[in-house]
Amino acid sequence: MTFRSFLTASRVRFIVGKGGVGKTTVSAALALAGAAGGLHVHVIELEGREEFLRCFDAEGPLQYESTTLYEHPSGGRVSARHLGPDEALVEWLRDHGFGRLVGRLRSSGALDVIATAVPGIRDVLVLGKIKALARDFDADAIIVDAPATGHSLSLLASPSSLMAAARSGPIRRQAEEVDQMLRDETRCCVSLVTLAAELPVTEAVEAAFGLEDRAGVALSSIIVNQFAGGESLLRTNLAPSDVATLDPELAHSIEVARWFTLARVDEEARQLSRLHHELPLEQMVLPRLEADTIDLSRLATLADACSRAAS
Amino acid sequence: MTLADALADQHVVVVAGSGGVGKTTSSAALAIALAQRGRRVCVLTVDPARRLATALGLDLDEGTARTVAGPWSGELTAVQLDAGRTFDGLLERYGGSPDAIGAIRRNPIYRSLAGALGGTQEYMAVERVYELSNSGHYDVVVIDTPPTRNAVDLLDAPDRLLGFLSHGIVRALLAPTKVSLRAASLATAAATRTIGSVVGTDLVNDVVSFFQAFASLHQGFIDRARAVQELLADDATAYVLVTTPRGDALEETRWFSDQLTQRDLRTTGVIVNRVHPSFTTLDPEHLPLAGGVLGAHLDNLRDMERAARRDRAAVSVLTGQDPNVLVAEIPWRADPLTDIDALSDVATSYL
Repeated sequence: MTFRSFLTASRVRFIVGKGGVGKTTVSAALALAGAAGGLHVHVIELEGREEFLRCFDAEGPLQYESTTLYEHPSGGRVSARHLGPDEALVEWLRDHGFGRLVGRLRSSGALDVIATAVPGIRDVLVLGKIKALARDFDADAIIVDAPATGHSLSLLASPSSLMAAARSGPIRRQAEEVDQMLRDETRCCVSLVTLAAELPVTEAVEAAFGLEDRAGVALSSIIVNQFAGGESLLRTNLAPSDVATLDPELAHSIEVARWFTLARVDEEARQLSRLHHELPLEQMVLPRLEADTIDLSRLATLADACSRAAS
Repeated sequence: MTLADALADQHVVVVAGSGGVGKTTSSAALAIALAQRGRRVCVLTVDPARRLATALGLDLDEGTARTVAGPWSGELTAVQLDAGRTFDGLLERYGGSPDAIGAIRRNPIYRSLAGALGGTQEYMAVERVYELSNSGHYDVVVIDTPPTRNAVDLLDAPDRLLGFLSHGIVRALLAPTKVSLRAASLATAAATRTIGSVVGTDLVNDVVSFFQAFASLHQGFIDRARAVQELLADDATAYVLVTTPRGDALEETRWFSDQLTQRDLRTTGVIVNRVHPSFTTLDPEHLPLAGGVLGAHLDNLRDMERAARRDRAAVSVLTGQDPNVLVAEIPWRADPLTDIDALSDVATSYL
């Protein structure tokens, strides 16, 4: 499988994972890898994260309208937008012939009351906008940088929840159409992002079952981010002749640091194989970068790793 | 004085932080540290994923309280939030007659409201803290907050519910008129007609009948939300922020601390997780250079010490900000922090 066929297997790819695993960075890296392969990849930021723009050395905030963030000599590019629930709601009302009423509904707070009483409405309309973009927007692939796992589950399960509450009307039809999109793997899939660590792996496995059960959405490769790996030379003991050249205190420090790193590497490997065992999906493993923030040059390293991992 | 000493006389400890910083594990360790000080502690987790259960080595049933046995003089109980069941509890408390409760339960809107859908979760969390805190079973309730992008959602939840309950449309729906009159006036009300054309008439009818059934609970809910709001602002409620020594998490911590200050709430302490341990007193930039195996071993020490110094600098910025805020550092461990022994060890050594 090439990276190109991986990325275009589904029209829309949701990037889902627990907080702190690097969903935003992974979304950016996949997009950059796609652009480097000549594709136009469109990224939808649901939480409007500044980190996403920083990955492309750009400054924000992202807008509801699409902006191009990166162009590759091959003709590929990355564009992005921020999609918030309120904009989605207003746009949906306009598109469905309620444009005249938008002002009144908003100022009276009537819609707020309904949206609070039926909490799935905003989520369904966000998904509805994604569906419309998947149909109309001129991009080869769409990546959605989704919220933390629990909220993503609510988001992706919102059509089923809403269909249970609304039996008729335009919102109901919208929920049905979105539900069909989620259940069609050529149109939509989820890539879970995790770290090779105990709690993130446990949560990724739970999330995977939750997504299949509650949203019926197909799971694509799981992305294991920030994998340190390697360190094979640390497994070899220092030769006595080497140790003799060192200050005894330094020799001791080296040894303690070595066992600490090896224990970390072993734990990582154990968690990676547990993940594979409990969730038999393809794994895309991305390296840990020793950096506080990701800029375009570091992102290129990750994008490269994405392309290589898929082929 | 350690962080747990400072918290020992509080009744509620709210633990907040951005995702992935080890908030759940920190909550569990903090709860153990308080139990070690002889307190009867309840730790509540709100996360839909069962993190606390993993951290405490338990298989928690949602909503049920479980006693956790361990080497401490106090008591430790763990509870996983079940938003739906918490809502049910409120309904039974304020719902009045069995008929009224039945009517509410059968309403499709009730099902979606009571389910674990986004918006109600934060409120149900603070509601549950209030309930646990007033149960008389515990000296202190530690709450592990949901991993929202916006951690202040939890603080503002009672406000939002109060705003919703006192909204003009909700009050109109609840107005004590004769049923026949009310039905007629509602059917013709411009607002409901408009909404009906958008979300479907059935749904609006469900909302209307839900609120009619809900009328008897209305005041009870308002009083309760006010009490919950007061609890969050109480002097015996403490706020602890969890972070890692990395840029984004630290930024978020500063931001949240400002949010607390704006609400006249005080940050008692900050827990900094995953601080790289230091293995040498030597300057990493002056370590000898070499190739081969020795080079790899030296590189490893150099990388670790650089990370340790970077972390130390980040923590000292944090400690320098406000001398009244206690900072507890928890070193990064190679093995996962998932059993009671390891958590107790962290509680004893660092909290």
